[in-house]
Amino acid sequence: MDFVEIREKAVAKWEALQSSETPVIYLGAATCGRAAGIEEVAEEIRTTSKELNLNISLVEVGCIGPCFLEPLVYIQKNGSPSVCYGKITPGKIKKLLEDYLINNDPRPDLALGTLGDGRVSGIPGLFEHPMLRHQTRLVLRNCGIIDPGQIDHYIARDGYLGIKKALEMRSSEVIDIIKASGIRGRGGAGFPTWKKWEICHNVQSDDKYLICNADEGDPGAFMNRSLLEGDPHAVLEGLLIGAYAIGANHGYIYIRAEYPLAIKRLEHALSQMKSYNLLGNNILGSDFSFDIKIKQGAGAFVCGEETALIASVVGKRGMPMPRPPFPAISGVWGKPTIINNVETLGTLATIMRKGGEWFAGFGSESSKGTKTFSLVGKVKQTGLIEVPLGTPLKKIIFDIGGGIADDKKFKAVQTGGPSGGCIPAELSSLPVDYESLMSAGSIMGSGGIIVLDEETCVVDIASYFLSFIQAESCGKCSPCRIGTKVMLDILERIKSGKGEITDIDKLSSLAETIKNASLCGLGQTAPNSVLSTLRYFRSEYEAHIIDKSCPALVCKDLIKYAISEEKCAGCGLCRKKCPADAITGKKKNLHIINESICVKCGICYQVCPSKYGAVEKTTGFLI
Amino acid sequence: MKNIIKDIIKPYQGEKGSLIPILQAVQEETGFISENAISTIAQNLNMSEHEIYGVVTFYTQFRYTKPGDHMVKVCLGTACHVRGGEQLLDRTENILNIKPGQTTLDSSFSLERVACMGCCALAPVVVVDNKIYPNVTGPKVEKIISKYSSPDKKE
Repeated sequence: MDFVEIREKAVAKWEALQSSETPVIYLGAATCGRAAGIEEVAEEIRTTSKELNLNISLVEVGCIGPCFLEPLVYIQKNGSPSVCYGKITPGKIKKLLEDYLINNDPRPDLALGTLGDGRVSGIPGLFEHPMLRHQTRLVLRNCGIIDPGQIDHYIARDGYLGIKKALEMRSSEVIDIIKASGIRGRGGAGFPTWKKWEICHNVQSDDKYLICNADEGDPGAFMNRSLLEGDPHAVLEGLLIGAYAIGANHGYIYIRAEYPLAIKRLEHALSQMKSYNLLGNNILGSDFSFDIKIKQGAGAFVCGEETALIASVVGKRGMPMPRPPFPAISGVWGKPTIINNVETLGTLATIMRKGGEWFAGFGSESSKGTKTFSLVGKVKQTGLIEVPLGTPLKKIIFDIGGGIADDKKFKAVQTGGPSGGCIPAELSSLPVDYESLMSAGSIMGSGGIIVLDEETCVVDIASYFLSFIQAESCGKCSPCRIGTKVMLDILERIKSGKGEITDIDKLSSLAETIKNASLCGLGQTAPNSVLSTLRYFRSEYEAHIIDKSCPALVCKDLIKYAISEEKCAGCGLCRKKCPADAITGKKKNLHIINESICVKCGICYQVCPSKYGAVEKTTGFLI
Repeated sequence: MKNIIKDIIKPYQGEKGSLIPILQAVQEETGFISENAISTIAQNLNMSEHEIYGVVTFYTQFRYTKPGDHMVKVCLGTACHVRGGEQLLDRTENILNIKPGQTTLDSSFSLERVACMGCCALAPVVVVDNKIYPNVTGPKVEKIISKYSSPDKKE
């Protein structure tokens, strides 16, 4: 079968699904959907539809983004657009199926929106939802819409037309298109993709490698996981395009073992590619041959660094190496090697199809195109988003994210993972692009945006990231190995109220040394979380050191719990739940916390019924 | 044991850079990386035991003791951290009466802290075996764990 035929069949299959007479129920079955309980919902749909004698088809789709509304189901009836329902539990299924599929009431009161052409009366389009309205979805165009297990769905939506077009050109022309697009690496450093490629393209070698870095090690980031789970072929087509451009014949996907579903999707996708001659020898009848293998990471953050990743791929400890030689010249087994991030690769097919100039029309002057972000933390609407680069932070947090959870005060936003920093609320007009974030003391990184509210302590956040970095330091360079440990010790001291005012200078000076004297990106960016919080929240450090107080009421050693005499109703819940048996009191009488045995776990604070709110947290006493 | 490991190595024979996939397969099959496993792999791949030990200890995925029947992982990614992951870990340690990296005396549970499961929008999360529990609070973690406790092993 040639590609024209494959495509015709795929389009017919996709259109048949859209206009199916049998109702189709799509299940948001990415990892987040599964965690929220979609499998139980699916089971209930199967049983109930049998019980109600309904003939339906079930289709799994990836994550469309608003994870806070998971689990999501979409019901498509008689060729109408599918209607999306959020926060669905097994208990809601029977009524919903009866109402919509039998009594023809699509339940606008429960619906989030419709997906697809046309309208269902009384229900707005899903992309008019406040979280989705402000987004531009180029990379995520298929996520949550197609079945990631069906290569035909991808092909029907113009999949593999990018590589087809590339194969009709010279490889240098492909690089020119990517150059015109202005796309920069989406993994962290933001190096122009074409530049890296060109170096490798110009090296002569019988073997060249292209690696997809899917090790997404930044805690708080899950964009790559979502893309691989929702649209794996987009990334795989990107690998083909990149490989053709640089002349690679071997490909690896280096993916973290914590992503079992993404691995499963990739394995399945690779076998489908082979059956359509999209992988292996003479791809689509051309002279281009390429194979892809999956390598599972074994858990080491430093492997996000290119030379460390290469060491890991060849079976060694993931220790970074000095550059030069750059991997583009000498990488895996000494052969020219390019490493591109999942999202970079996932963008290439669209760029090839629509042109470099078209892509460069999105974004800002120096940062072209769109970027996916995981919007999490203390924000109302958490999830996976995609916006043009240059979008102001406040638009992301307030328009897309819906503002701060529980209507608390917005304090800061943390970007770039452990290598990034905190940007304070005052700078919320800052456009999100590579340079602006850098100038504010943070970095773009792979795209984690963690929103912090007034109840987040920045000293605690800095020490959280530093303890992460310290544990993940490979140990090769002393400034990173020892320096991060010393910085962490100082931060812990400050958090426990034993800090001294000279500690702030010590932290700054250690930070400078670690930045300047470390070999790889991990060490060079290790102090960023401390430096950025010192820059914007110095007074909070001083409160810990001088007043022995934690203004956000987080640092355990600086807070204490007490029960208010006026508010306590003596319900006894705190006493029962206290793991340290530190609370005494008789039923219907005032309860008291014995400070000397209290472990400050905060359970009493959590369990005290909100109608009483009798447990109080305080800080600012001398210890 | 030796034979199991030899069988695992067989398909990788002659493949360059296969040490990590072999170790992953051994752990998948036997639950952990034993000293015996290291020496068998060393002989078969013609490498020194030291080199293999160096690789095993570099990566957080590998364990050196047999894990319990159920693996409880408390996520401490950034989103989980700011939404109370640390307190959740404290609570879980209390319930199981073990620290991360340890296994309960009756071998029912092992506890691990993990850096990020990629479920940040549903933070904080706890994973038991392969099931991810979203938006976990202190009282909820107690219920989750009790679901996995076999009655005869309960104290």
